[in-house]
Amino acid sequence: MTLISLAGVNKHFGDYHALRDIDLEIREGEFFSLLGPSGCGKTTLLRLIAGFEAPDIGTLHIDGRDMAGVGPNLRPTNMVFQSYAIFPHLTVAENVGFGLRRAQMDKPDRARAVDEALEMVGLAGYGIRAANALSGGQRQRVALARALILKPKVLLLDEPLSALDKKIREQMQVELMKLQREVGITFILVTHDQEEALVMSDRIAVMFEGGIGQLNDPETLYRRPASKRVAGFIGMMNFLNGRVTATGPEIAVEVAGLGRYRVPAEQAPGGVEEGPVTIGIRPETLSLLFEGERTDRMEVAGRVDEVVYYGDMTYYDVAVAGIDKPLTLSMKNRIGRPVLDVGSPTRVAWDERSLVLLGR
Amino acid sequence: MTGLRAYAIAYLVFLYAPIALLPLFAFNDADIIAFPLSGATTRWFAELTQSASLLNAARNSLIIAATTAVLSTVLGVCAARAASMADWPLKRPMMGLIMLPLVLPEIIVAVSLLVLVVQVFGLGLSNTTIIAAHTLICMPFSIAVLNGAFQNLDPALEEAALDLGETRLSAFRLVILPLVMPGIVSSLLIAFTISLDEFIIAFFLSGANPTMPVYIWGLLRFPGQLPVVMALGTILVALSIVLLIIAEIMRRRGLKRAGLKDRGGFL
Repeated sequence: MTLISLAGVNKHFGDYHALRDIDLEIREGEFFSLLGPSGCGKTTLLRLIAGFEAPDIGTLHIDGRDMAGVGPNLRPTNMVFQSYAIFPHLTVAENVGFGLRRAQMDKPDRARAVDEALEMVGLAGYGIRAANALSGGQRQRVALARALILKPKVLLLDEPLSALDKKIREQMQVELMKLQREVGITFILVTHDQEEALVMSDRIAVMFEGGIGQLNDPETLYRRPASKRVAGFIGMMNFLNGRVTATGPEIAVEVAGLGRYRVPAEQAPGGVEEGPVTIGIRPETLSLLFEGERTDRMEVAGRVDEVVYYGDMTYYDVAVAGIDKPLTLSMKNRIGRPVLDVGSPTRVAWDERSLVLLGR
Repeated sequence: MTGLRAYAIAYLVFLYAPIALLPLFAFNDADIIAFPLSGATTRWFAELTQSASLLNAARNSLIIAATTAVLSTVLGVCAARAASMADWPLKRPMMGLIMLPLVLPEIIVAVSLLVLVVQVFGLGLSNTTIIAAHTLICMPFSIAVLNGAFQNLDPALEEAALDLGETRLSAFRLVILPLVMPGIVSSLLIAFTISLDEFIIAFFLSGANPTMPVYIWGLLRFPGQLPVVMALGTILVALSIVLLIIAEIMRRRGLKRAGLKDRGGFL
């Protein structure tokens, strides 16, 4: 069921074209992410849904209602701000209960609702504390409780994890996912962190320069990026030059340094034409062959150019004759598996399923 | 190190020695202001309370200063609020024009106001004309103080209040106002102080009903009245110190409530 729909939405700030012809449908109960580099319009789009900005052209419907002229205080949306915007002059309980001021509720009911909301975000018993005595992670939980206590149709999250340490951020990712499943409310997350989006979302819209580049579930987005831009923004990707010589249900392609192949059309998710093409290969679809190792995949000889050791993984850059840039590939570290030195001769195994054809 | 210490002490003497003379001579039992001192007395203070014209001047000044403080702060809040909002047409020239009275010579303002009130509008001079003029010169100070308070606010705080169901008006009352309160108190105090000891404009516009500075100036023509002026000055200094302490307490309480770091202040 569609909960939010935008049609033909454009937004300018002076000469700056912040949103270009956005058509978007967000479903009820999904965890939806707007992902993109800074300045791509993702935050503007979120603020537009919240009611802090109005589109110049185009329409926005939430739950079937046209939102033109409806202020943020009258929309079924609540927001977790990037700065959390915790009211510093109020206690934690007063912050969380702030939105209930307008509800027809007597005092004990309100207190109970506040306690429940605090318990939901793991802050039971924190109600009487001063809001400015909290840590970053706790402030974020207060902001969440404050927004969720009103049981909105949509919860909007503006880069909610960007101010947190890596450890707490990863923990909060999991908690947010759990929370979303628990309350069943539609979450819309704005983030520039592709990993965060991949981990948490049901669907992701990747935005560039005010437009939506691709909208898919995380796996499709990662495995079948429709453009070089999306492929480069999400995860690591080797880009090779190539040439398409025939199209159809099977595409014939010539890859620089690796030879000629026929791949099914689904490996060109953005569509391709005959002529020059960029070919993407994910690091984990390549593997290093250690001494004496055999493979039934194809192999190509090379030399280790760079080694980056991550503990659980090792990333190698391998120079291969005929390819202008070294190929990056990742290997899981296992017991008995050595980490090669820079300069070692080696072989790289791969097959045509590794290829993603990226059109213009 | 000793050189620096001597400099610091000389600095303080330079600042406060003239003011320290006030209470000295206010309690001195002699008609002329000169050393050596000749015994303590409180009769100058007693004389103060006897003078009906002095009490009248004091009442005038307090009414004018209090009204000016409120008016200039209310107008200042409006202007600072507008300045903290996103760009609107002519925002910069407008704010510049509002701040201009800060650098206008007071004597020019005084003369032109006198001409305006008496010649153009044909009105009489009264406390009201002084209040209007004082509001004009105090407002830039209020705006300067309040601008700081408003610019420090995270704009997301107001948006959060709107997002949680409040209207612009109630968001202002519930969130913005409590957070800029220290600035408002500072503004009230500064405007009050400026108006209280403003002389030139009050002198031109006061008519038959002088304010305290104008009255003191009148007293100076009678040397015999000097000790009374000293006593009056002592009271004013004591009052200023009390006001300053109240303002500082309010400021610290406000900072603590807003969870902000203390970056200087009066005390």
